[in-house]
Amino acid sequence: MKVAKTLAEKILSLKSHGEAQAGDVVIADVDLAFVQDTTGPLTIRQFKESGFKALARPQQTTIFLDHAAPSPAQQLSNDHIFLRRFAGETGCCIYDVGEGICHQLVAEDFANPGDIIVGADSHTVTAGALGAFATGMGSSDVAVALALGKTWFRVPQSLLIELNGDFPRGVYAKDLILYLVGQIGADGANYKALEFSGRALTGITMSQRFTIANMAVETGAKVGLFPADKSTREFLREYGRGDKYRSLSADTGANYERVIPVNLDQLEPMLSLPHAVDNVRPVAQVKGVKIQQAFIGTCTNGRLEDLAVAAGILKGKKRHPATRLLIAPASRQVLIRAIEKGYVRSLIEAGAIVLPPGCTACLGLHQGVLGEGEVCLSTANRNFRGRMGNPEAMIYLASPATAAASAINGEITDPREVNTKS
Amino acid sequence: MSDLVLKGKAIKLGDNVSTDDIIPGRFAHLRSNLPELARHVLEDAVPDFASRAKALSMAGEGKAILVAGKNLGLGSSREHAPVVIKMSGVGTILAKSAARIFFRNAINQGVPVLLCDTDKIGDGDELEINVTGGKITNLTSGITLSCSKMPPIMSAILKEGGLIPYIQKHKDFVITT
Repeated sequence: MKVAKTLAEKILSLKSHGEAQAGDVVIADVDLAFVQDTTGPLTIRQFKESGFKALARPQQTTIFLDHAAPSPAQQLSNDHIFLRRFAGETGCCIYDVGEGICHQLVAEDFANPGDIIVGADSHTVTAGALGAFATGMGSSDVAVALALGKTWFRVPQSLLIELNGDFPRGVYAKDLILYLVGQIGADGANYKALEFSGRALTGITMSQRFTIANMAVETGAKVGLFPADKSTREFLREYGRGDKYRSLSADTGANYERVIPVNLDQLEPMLSLPHAVDNVRPVAQVKGVKIQQAFIGTCTNGRLEDLAVAAGILKGKKRHPATRLLIAPASRQVLIRAIEKGYVRSLIEAGAIVLPPGCTACLGLHQGVLGEGEVCLSTANRNFRGRMGNPEAMIYLASPATAAASAINGEITDPREVNTKS
Repeated sequence: MSDLVLKGKAIKLGDNVSTDDIIPGRFAHLRSNLPELARHVLEDAVPDFASRAKALSMAGEGKAILVAGKNLGLGSSREHAPVVIKMSGVGTILAKSAARIFFRNAINQGVPVLLCDTDKIGDGDELEINVTGGKITNLTSGITLSCSKMPPIMSAILKEGGLIPYIQKHKDFVITT
């Protein structure tokens, strides 16, 4: 009799051409390996230092210039030159400044169910929304994956997140994943996989799944995996990869370390407080904290649906005069569609600054660095001390709806208390 | 082959020291200039870390030992985090637990990360670490600690001094069971 497998075990069995069980160490084929501009230079130096000349699969290797985009410093501009030159030498793909955030572009152009994706960026887990075993690694590991087209994994044990019910008004995927990070803790799933299932999945859009999978790493998890279903197939068709769809789900009777049931009907808007992502509380308990900056974007919440929610709340209103409002679309395509739909106009009329597609203010390099004692309400995934460029600043994490509502009032606001236009 | 034994003094940190604590993103422009980057190691979180690690590694008493609480290195995949820790003069890292990517990155840099009950180690304690056997003797208190085992492939990578030297030697991953 065949042993029932989790999604993680299934994909790793397929890609290691054997039977992978939690705890095993396997060598697996890599379908996509990528770097971004702050991890890429070290990766490529290590690749060269190892004596490698050619990439295993140039068309399945990608460089993204997204973290310093456009570059705010000559050193980073020189790193960009170095990366562009490597792309020219090896024939790998490169997405230059302005194309968008690596994880969004991997979703739009590369990730397929059952793929193994390794990226030199911890939020590589985002592609788990499409059923790809996608995980972040350091430069050495990615350098070797670039050259050999494979890497080693310890097959993770899985935690099953069973989702039922529907999101109430004003509650979104971000609130769910913040709630889960609070429940599991920042190291509760270290070395493990999160696998999402349950009756609620049919109502959870791909955009929402990306938000959820993106923050799996904030529980320590190696991957955050969704099964491949009808929504996955529609997404792949929309992006011209309908032929890459395969139905993929865990076997009935697979072995999970534990099951965490969540009833979406009972969720409310959530917030991470400084300086830890798992320092989670309902927005209702933190209302009234003054904010100097609201930031809507990033690989967590910079997609079209996120901008639609923000525009719906901000249309015909104005940001609070003491609160800067930054909007960063996750990709060029997201920005174009947001312009076509009129979201960008509503946001700019409300006083927003629209930043170029890319990581922008998230990592403290440029485009929204905080001052001493300033408070930012961000839709990003991390609020560690110093994350947005200043160790004396405070970062709260929330949904685009909470960020938009708070930008109007200049203080942390429950989005259920403001009217929405569509 | 004889066991790898290291001696040194503990520099104690708390729980949840993130990669943004170890080397903040705002220094990303220095990532292609590692000696310059390394000057900022743990600058915000533990301002005297760099000077203490340097003093210990210069004093010839063995390398500095970074002793952390739980979930060391959570956050980003930046391998620059273990790189700057190594460059500061740290020879070994001990923690109650370490975030997955940081753990793998440190081993890939040839820096042993041993997981043990670090509550039994005080700041400045003198330690003798048997990396091969996973045993720590706290020479200051006399307490002996044992560490969790890592998969054989990680021990093999560590033995070669990191993943790049490992691959230079073996040309491929070699799984031994």
